[in-house]
Amino acid sequence: MSTSSTSVKQGRSELGVALLLLVLGGWAVIDALRLQELAIRGPIGPKTVPLVVGGLLVLTAVLLAIDVLRGGRGEQEAGEDVDLGHGSDFKTLGLLVAAFVANALLIERLGWPVSGAVLFFGTTYALGSRHFIRNAIISIVLSVSTWYLFYLGLDIKLPAGILKGIL
Amino acid sequence: MDALSELMNGFATAAHPTNLLYAFLGVLLGTAIGVLPGIGPAMTIALLLPLTYSLEPTQAFIMFAGIYYGGMYGGSTTSILLNTPGESASVVTAIEGNQMAKRGRAAAALATAAIGSFIAGTIGTLCLALVAPQIVKLAIKMGAPDYFAVMVLAFIAVTTVLGASKVRGLAALAIGLLIGLIGIDPTSGQQRLTLGIPELADGIDVVVVAVGLFAVGEALWIAAHLRRTPADIISVGAARMTREDWRRSWKPWLRGTAIGFPFGAVPAGGAEIPTFLSYVTEKKLTKHPEEFGKGAIEGVAGPEATNNASAAGGLVPLLTLGIPTTATAAVMLGAFQGYGIQPGPRLLQTQPELVWGLVASLFIGNVILLALNLPLAPMWAKLLRIPRPYLYAGILFFASIGAYAANLSTFDLWLLLLLGALGFGMRRYGLPVVPAIIGIILGPTAEEQLRRALQISDGAVSGLYNTWFSKVVYAVIVLVLVVPPIVGRIRERRASRETPELQHSDRTGGQ
Repeated sequence: MSTSSTSVKQGRSELGVALLLLVLGGWAVIDALRLQELAIRGPIGPKTVPLVVGGLLVLTAVLLAIDVLRGGRGEQEAGEDVDLGHGSDFKTLGLLVAAFVANALLIERLGWPVSGAVLFFGTTYALGSRHFIRNAIISIVLSVSTWYLFYLGLDIKLPAGILKGIL
Repeated sequence: MDALSELMNGFATAAHPTNLLYAFLGVLLGTAIGVLPGIGPAMTIALLLPLTYSLEPTQAFIMFAGIYYGGMYGGSTTSILLNTPGESASVVTAIEGNQMAKRGRAAAALATAAIGSFIAGTIGTLCLALVAPQIVKLAIKMGAPDYFAVMVLAFIAVTTVLGASKVRGLAALAIGLLIGLIGIDPTSGQQRLTLGIPELADGIDVVVVAVGLFAVGEALWIAAHLRRTPADIISVGAARMTREDWRRSWKPWLRGTAIGFPFGAVPAGGAEIPTFLSYVTEKKLTKHPEEFGKGAIEGVAGPEATNNASAAGGLVPLLTLGIPTTATAAVMLGAFQGYGIQPGPRLLQTQPELVWGLVASLFIGNVILLALNLPLAPMWAKLLRIPRPYLYAGILFFASIGAYAANLSTFDLWLLLLLGALGFGMRRYGLPVVPAIIGIILGPTAEEQLRRALQISDGAVSGLYNTWFSKVVYAVIVLVLVVPPIVGRIRERRASRETPELQHSDRTGGQ
C-alpha cells in the first residue's frame, strides 16, 4: 500500500472520530431537551450543563473535522511494548474481545472459577502463546485462587456457579 | 507547631502494626505492578482498588499511599531498563537513564532514582504537611464561585498543557464530562443520559471507568500493536552508587524537589513540564555537559526527584480542595468518593485521623520503598521479562474481576468492554485519556458548584466572578491559555538546535 493512500484512509477514519463526537453531542442535547425544569432550586436547572457539554462536543467535532481536513492527524500512543510500524492487528483484537465476552456470558452461569479461566486462557491464546497445557494450569490456578482471595480475604462472593458446594 | 503535633498523631495511627502491614503491602504491590511494562501509576491504583473494598477507610488510604509512591517509582525502573517509556512523567528519565543502563551503569541509575525519589518524597511530604493546613485556612473561606473557578482552571490546564493537539484534548474532556453526566440529576431527581437502563441511574462506578479507560483500553491497544521481537532489557545487580555518583546526584535531587513540588501543587497538569524543566536545568548546570545524551547521572537524579516531589505536591490540591491534577489523583479522588468521603477544606477537621494517617504513611511508605528497591532491583528487573501474553492476559483478567466485584453485576462487564473500546479509540486517534478521566470525576462536582454559585447570585452571571479569588483564578486561566503557545514557539526555535532526543520530550511537554 502506498503511503498516500494510507494517509487518505487514516484521514477518513479520523473524520469518523469527529462524527462520533457530533453524535454524542446530539445525544446530550436531545436528552437534555426532554428533561423537565420542575422542582428546581436556583436558576440553573438540570438542562443547562448537559446542553453546554453537548454544545462543547459539537464544537470539538467541527474543530476536529477542520483540523483533519487541513491535514492534522492524531498522534498514536507509543509505549514499551507498542510497535506502531504495523497497523492494528484486528485478528488479535477480535479474539481478545471474544474471550472477554465469553467471561461476561459465562460468569453467572458457570461461575468465576470457570469463566475466569476461560478468559485467561483465551487471552493468552489470542496474544500468541501456544503452551496449551501450561496456560491451562495457570488459568485454573489463577481463577480458583482469586475466587478464594475475594471470598476469604475480601469477603466478596464472586459467583461459584457449577462448582457451588465444591469450593 | 499545630501541623507537627497533628502529624505526630498521624504517625501514631500509621504505626499501628496492622496499618504498617497495609502500608508495606501497598508499596510492595504498587512497585510490583508499576514495574510491569505498560502499567502506569493510575492503572496500578485502578487495578488494586478492589483489594481495599472491605477495608476501613483509614486502612484503605494508608494502603493507597503505599501504592501511589510504589507505582510512581515502579514506572521509573521500567523506563531505565527498557528502551521506550510508556508513561509521560518518565519520558525524561529514560533519556539519560536508558543510556546509563546501556553503558553498564544501570545499578547507579536505579540507585540515584530510588534515593532521589526517597529524598524528594520525604521533603515533598513534609511540605505537604506544612502547606496543607495553611491552604485549608484559606480554602475554608472559599465559596461556590471560587471552587467553580478552580475546577475550570483544572479542566483548562489538563486539556491545554498536555498532549500535542488542543482540539483532541478538548474533545477528550468533553467526552469525560458527558460520561460524568450519566445518572440521576441530584437536584431534580431526573435521569440524564441513562437510556432508561436502571444500572446507569447511579452513574458509572469509578472503578469501572478507571479500569476500562486505563487497563482494558491500554491492554487492547498494546495487544493490537504488540512488538513481535521482545524489547531489549538490560540486566542489573543490586542498585548502588559510588562516592562520585553521590557527589554528582545530591544537588540535582534537591533542585528537582524544589521544581517538582510547586508544579505538582498547582492545578496545571502533571509531571511532564517540571521533569523537563529539571532536565534542562541539570543540563545547563552540569560540569559534565559532554555526558548528556550519553548517560549523565544528573539527568536521572533531577527528573526522578522532580517526579516524586510533584506526586507529593499533587496531594495538596487533592486533599485540601478536592481537585485532582493528574490521572492518578483523579482515580484516588474517585476512591475517596466511593467511601463517601469528599476531600476538601473540611476534610482536615472532620477526618483528621484519616488525613494525617495518610500523610504519615506517605513518610513510612517512602522508607519502605527505599528499603525494598535498593536490594530488590534485580527482582524487579526480572518482572520486566514476564512473557507478554501473560502480562496482558493478566491485566484483562484482573480488570474484569475488579469491575465485576464493584457491584457484582454482569452489566459492569459490558460497560467495561465499551469503555475499553473507547480507551482504545482514544489511544488510536491521539485523544489524551487524562482530560477524560478528570472530566468524569470532577464534572459532577463542578456542576454542583456552578449551580450553587448562580443560586446565590440569583441567576446573575456576575455571581461566578464576584470574589477576588475567582477573579485571580480567571486571570490565571487566561495566562495558561496565552503563555504556553508563546513558550512553545520559543522552544521550537531552540529545539531545532538541540539533540534529537530532546525534540521528542519537547513535543510531549510543549505546546
